[in-house]
Amino acid sequence: MEWMNQAALSAQKSDAVFFYVFGLSVVFLIFITALMIYFVVRYSKKRHPKAEQIEGHVGLEIVWTTVPLVLFLSIFYYGWTNYEYMSQAPRDAMVVKVTARQWSWSFEYPNGKQSKVLFAPINKPMKMEVRSADVVHGFFVPSFRIKIDAVPSRTNTTWFQATKFGSYDIECTVICGVDHSLMLSKVIVVPEDEFKAWYFGGEDAPEPGKSFRAGEAHPGLKDMPQGLAVLTAKGCVACHSVDGKPKVGPTLKALYGREQQILVAGAYKNITVDDAYLRRSITSPMEQVVRGYPPAMPQTRLTEQELDEVVRYIKGL
Amino acid sequence: MSTHASTAQPSYLVDTGARKGLMAWLTSTDHKRVGLLYLYSMVSFFFVGAGIGLVMRLVQLTTFQKLISAQTYNALFTLHGVIMIFLFVVPGLPAVFGNFFLPILIGAKDVAFPRLNLASWYFYMAGAILAILALFTGGGAPDTGWTFYAPFSLKTGTNISLAVFAAFILGFSSMLTAINFITTIHRLRAPGMTWFRMPLMSWALYSTAWIQLLATPILAITLVLVILERFFGIGIFDPAKGGDPLLYQHLFWIYSHPAVYIMILPAMGAISEIIPTFARRTIFGYKAIAFSSMSIAGVGSLVWAHHMFTSGLSGLALMTFSLLTMIVAVPSAIKVFNWVSTLYKGSIDFQPPLFFALSFIFLFCIGGLTGVMQGALAINVHIHDTYFIVGHFHYVMFGGTGFAFFAALLYWFPKMFGKMYSKKAIYASWYPMFIGFNMLYFGMLILGMMGMPRRYYVHLPQYHSLHVVATVGSWLLVLGLLIFFGTLLYAIFKGPKAEDNPWGGVTLEWTIPSPPPLENFEEIPIVTHGPYHFEPQEGK
Repeated sequence: MEWMNQAALSAQKSDAVFFYVFGLSVVFLIFITALMIYFVVRYSKKRHPKAEQIEGHVGLEIVWTTVPLVLFLSIFYYGWTNYEYMSQAPRDAMVVKVTARQWSWSFEYPNGKQSKVLFAPINKPMKMEVRSADVVHGFFVPSFRIKIDAVPSRTNTTWFQATKFGSYDIECTVICGVDHSLMLSKVIVVPEDEFKAWYFGGEDAPEPGKSFRAGEAHPGLKDMPQGLAVLTAKGCVACHSVDGKPKVGPTLKALYGREQQILVAGAYKNITVDDAYLRRSITSPMEQVVRGYPPAMPQTRLTEQELDEVVRYIKGL
Repeated sequence: MSTHASTAQPSYLVDTGARKGLMAWLTSTDHKRVGLLYLYSMVSFFFVGAGIGLVMRLVQLTTFQKLISAQTYNALFTLHGVIMIFLFVVPGLPAVFGNFFLPILIGAKDVAFPRLNLASWYFYMAGAILAILALFTGGGAPDTGWTFYAPFSLKTGTNISLAVFAAFILGFSSMLTAINFITTIHRLRAPGMTWFRMPLMSWALYSTAWIQLLATPILAITLVLVILERFFGIGIFDPAKGGDPLLYQHLFWIYSHPAVYIMILPAMGAISEIIPTFARRTIFGYKAIAFSSMSIAGVGSLVWAHHMFTSGLSGLALMTFSLLTMIVAVPSAIKVFNWVSTLYKGSIDFQPPLFFALSFIFLFCIGGLTGVMQGALAINVHIHDTYFIVGHFHYVMFGGTGFAFFAALLYWFPKMFGKMYSKKAIYASWYPMFIGFNMLYFGMLILGMMGMPRRYYVHLPQYHSLHVVATVGSWLLVLGLLIFFGTLLYAIFKGPKAEDNPWGGVTLEWTIPSPPPLENFEEIPIVTHGPYHFEPQEGK
């Protein structure tokens, strides 16, 4: 369960304030509610037929003005100081340029390398410079408790230092058009060696984190049909379901022979899904994005034999 | 009913002028009739808004979207927001109960400008009709959310201009009502009705009117700028033309945050009327409540940028607005303490209006406390623009203003219509309403903590189970609403006659017949004491 998963230092900072306020709130709510119920029962007209006309009490007014004020100010102070930590990136942080556009994310690292998912080495500070190419978007990683809007003509920054390996959702939080809810990506937190191997490697360097991203969901690859095992091992099923459920990408169920619109060189085109289309979609996904889906699929390297298996498997779905 | 020996004047419900029937209502400048015109139109729009909410919840029942398209979904949440905010909660209690009861509470025959009052209803209806036209004309229904954030609102092909113009017209309705109330309170108080003898509802309406009058023009100007930019391409908000998108957010929230207080202050006023009546005792801390309304109106105008904590403001701005946000929470806390203390050593007659008023306090506390969470910067960064904020403002706007509206309706219904409703049916409506409400909106709070962003057509699988809980809650909530309004509607036609003072209240509206006569008072009363002056008495 990803619920309240603390996967970065910023998450610990945010949650500390949250639990402080949450604790105070629960106490206050129970106190007020219990008092109301007690008074209603204790001073019901049966038990207490004669009301006393009490106009007020200056001492009490002062108490319940100053005590909440002090508590609210403590909340402000705690929230502010922890926010300062969360918003000030250390000087040695690696700077990643994040570009938001309708409706996808892209990441550019200092050496010019680009990716559609964000790769981050564990325990290293990463500073995000967030920009927008069109309208306002919001860059949000729930497991890190960080969020910053991507505002056109501005560069906003945030940072994180991941503390747990894993794959975490990136979501857009500002309404930006029809596919706002599909404007998703992932942060992949990997060991530093693996990150470096990819970062300093050539264009062919394998993307980090593949093995454990696939292993997360499906430990038993052996029992699967070969095609599905490849899809699982390569992480495809994270975005493409095989049972018709919508995910980030189109489902693979009944895909073969389906008629759909794809975006080719800036124009929509109607095609019928066949062997050639499937192969091209896997080897160079950006060339033919299905209408209504974000251009978010990373290039995936499969052997010729694996490709055959996958296509055969998809045909049978 | 016949307790009043000399009912020379007929009830306001009887047509006395040259016109009869519908025309008599549409041309009436009687503040009570204008109040009812608002009531009928607002409740109708409320049900349209609630129906849209129900459809949105059905969409979230599956992760498998077939019901409607993403574009339609975006139009629906925009429309839900525009209807609920501009056509229901902003006019809210002032338009209905303010119009109906403000003159009576301060011992006047009508508001200061009766014709302007009727005109404000026509502005309201014109705005509503334009908003509906915006759905079916131009490029189709707006899809930006009710906040119309630039530059998306400038680039989308949907019919933003007309929708924004509708909100502009609605703003005029709001301002005219405000001018009317301020003048009425200053000029038309009965002899002896000093400022500190006014019922607290009048204080709440007075502070609200000032916010409406001062803040609404800013919204109007902002909306005009959006229209100009869309039609003539002048670069005010679009950075591609040299504008600044954050300028839009500032201008929008400079109105729309105080608007939150426009929505909640009158609700607090109604609660301050209801609790003393059923506790049979004077309110605890009259001046504290009156001044807290004014200070909410004041400080509340200086906290708008807490809607922009993630938009990249400077550290100093963030610190200042977070601090001011915390300070504005204090007067609300003061009110809650005073209301609860008003129950202390009372002689409590537990009736439906009190039940809803106490439910208001509970739900409003959750709304307020979740608001404080968002005021703290370190928490805000996580929950900003998630379902947490959606849950939070439904606790404030619906659990707060909505429940107070229901409480006020139950409280004043016998006076307004001269009929009594079935209390059993009202109690029966409370359970599905309250349980459904909390399933729906507490579910949203948790979803937001988990990271579910707002305005999402499809959601990720980890959020699904709570979405199901919330959707089931929405069914219960709507069931409760139907029973509630069904009961009241039945009572209007078939209910037994109500007494003049069914709750034993002591403010001026309970001294006149139910329903009130045309000019409210036979003779303008002379006020000699505070509003909640219960004679020391033996219980019945």
